Amino acid sequence: MTAEFDPTMSPAAGDAEKAPTPKAKRARGEFLFFALRSKKFVVSVSILLFLILLAIFGPMIDTNDPLALGDLPMRQPTLDPGNWFGTTYFGEDVFAQFVNGLRASFFVGLLGGGLGALIGMMVGFVAGYRGGWIDEVLNMVTNVFLVIPTLAVLLVITSYLQARGVMFEAIFIGATSWPWAARAIRAQTFSLRSRDFIDLAKLSGRSGPKVIVFEIAPNMSSYLFLTYILLFGGAILIAASLDFIGLGPTGGMSLGLMMYNAVTWAALQLGVWWWFIPPGIGIIAAVGSLYVMNVGLDEIFNPKLRDI
Amino acid sequence: MLSLNRISKTYKTGTFGGKDLVAVRDVSFDINPGEVISLIGESGSGKTTVGKMVLKLIDITKGSITLDGVDVAHKQGAELKTYYRHVQGVFQDPFSSYNPIFKADRVFSLIRSEFFADMPRAEWDAKVDGVLRSVTLEPNQVLNKYPHQLSGGQLQRLLVARALLLDLKILIADEIISMLDASTRIDVLNLLADLKSRGLGILFITHDLSLGNYISEKTVILRRGSVVEMGATDKVFGNPTHPYTRMLISSVPQLHKKWAQIEQELPAPIAGRGGCLFHEAYPLAGRTPDRPIDEPTLARVEDDHYVGCFELDSEKASQVA
Ligand SMILES: Nc1ncnc2c1ncn2[C@@H]1O[C@H](COP(=O)(O)OP(=O)(O)O)[C@@H](O)[C@H]1O
Ligand SMILES: [Mg+2]
Repeated sequence: MTAEFDPTMSPAAGDAEKAPTPKAKRARGEFLFFALRSKKFVVSVSILLFLILLAIFGPMIDTNDPLALGDLPMRQPTLDPGNWFGTTYFGEDVFAQFVNGLRASFFVGLLGGGLGALIGMMVGFVAGYRGGWIDEVLNMVTNVFLVIPTLAVLLVITSYLQARGVMFEAIFIGATSWPWAARAIRAQTFSLRSRDFIDLAKLSGRSGPKVIVFEIAPNMSSYLFLTYILLFGGAILIAASLDFIGLGPTGGMSLGLMMYNAVTWAALQLGVWWWFIPPGIGIIAAVGSLYVMNVGLDEIFNPKLRDI
Repeated sequence: MLSLNRISKTYKTGTFGGKDLVAVRDVSFDINPGEVISLIGESGSGKTTVGKMVLKLIDITKGSITLDGVDVAHKQGAELKTYYRHVQGVFQDPFSSYNPIFKADRVFSLIRSEFFADMPRAEWDAKVDGVLRSVTLEPNQVLNKYPHQLSGGQLQRLLVARALLLDLKILIADEIISMLDASTRIDVLNLLADLKSRGLGILFITHDLSLGNYISEKTVILRRGSVVEMGATDKVFGNPTHPYTRMLISSVPQLHKKWAQIEQELPAPIAGRGGCLFHEAYPLAGRTPDRPIDEPTLARVEDDHYVGCFELDSEKASQVA
């Protein structure tokens, strides 16, 4: 911005550095082109789609109540309907538990990740755009949330709230997982806000919120998307860990809870592998493919990372 | 008329804003309709800061700016919009003036949505067409294109056209041709001359003395945030009084001479003389200054010609007295 006139510099030379990456119209085609070429992206999206379809339609195909006790405990997986993944120590249908748990996991990811992204965006945008004392206050709040011992807080809440739903879990995760997102978004906003087109938007009479939503956010949309995906995967993982240590929702089913029950009832020692393998793989596949998709998308959005 | 009344800008820098950086100090001048004022200074002298204060993009630390006698400091919301109806800016880097992910003509849409939301489509299109032609752009060559598909000159003229959509009185042009190549520069300069003849007041910010001389009625020379000399362009250039101005003007033909070199060749200021960083003494030495020493003022050389504080040589001093 402060570069002074250099007689040897033609606009074309300046252009080469600053000109944005290709036309937006072509960009869409280009996105698809590179997306389909990226193995990371294709594989992770396929796995995710499969899991999502399973979460949506699984409970419709296998309508068994995942918590209904059955007469045939610890049955090995067979091709019989209602027994594709076998049964638990109590005769519960593991497949029904799995697909319902998957549903809950995606729900927590969607909502918890979404809430985290929302808070992170609000804090990051406002802090980065306004600067000054507002930035300092928000920065302090962010730091407080970063160092809060989340688990301890949850333990305290748990001792007061006897019945906790999936909703509560999602909100709790969202409300505690946003700080890093806020920081990253703040930094990006900070670097964008001093660009001339921001000043020009202000000269056009645009208010602060409009400048953020219509000028700054579209410029980092891919970044925001990546942030959301990471928060999404993070929320699933946190939910599974909370469920696994018994701090999860009461009633209902989740992948973490399946693991918790399997361990509690000694599935490992009894050799009931079909009880803990599906939820384990489910968590790893969902979270892992989200993270791999993040890396893949990063390469697609960011031409410098592409290996050509 | 837009008046700057002794405006100053102090930036807080360093960790926790511990250090003060005085970017602009006590600058006053008027921008009249139908007049180009060039604000000349080297890089970092505070030119952009002055322009941004006028455009209300940054706050003024001290002093005031008035438009037709009304202080603009507290304008907000609708009042600020009215101000922007009359006062607009174009900046140095055409490529960073456009949001790279949108088409270039979005700068027009923004004006429409904020100022002409009720105007029927056809009427608006005709208006855009009109301003484009007045900046000698062919509408179908520039509309519906992305910024990188247009040249720097086209982009800068689009920005002028954007300002002309409004009821423009004052245009702040901050080094708007310094990134253009020679052939387009002249087009944009001619455009500014045309706007001037239509009654606009233009603040032409530049680091190029000859450009300033070429285009303006009035000249303000800025150095380290302070005005060293200002007045009618022919007087400042014809009868430069401050050593700094003289050195600048005498080195214009020497294209290789850099600003930094000029700084070095200047006689060193006498230490311990207070506020004005580079004065050697108050003008009219011996008289009691009518302002505190940390608020340097300008001395009158002749009609419409003022100079910053320094020790005038005897010849000039007699002129001033
Ligand atoms: N936002 C800012 N924060 C701190 N210092 C600044 C800021 N903007 C400009 N400056 C400083 O103020 C001085 C004047 O800058 P500027 O007005 O951009 O000069 P010019 O336009 O004449 O090159 C420079 O020393 C610059 O480093
Ligand atoms: Mg500048």
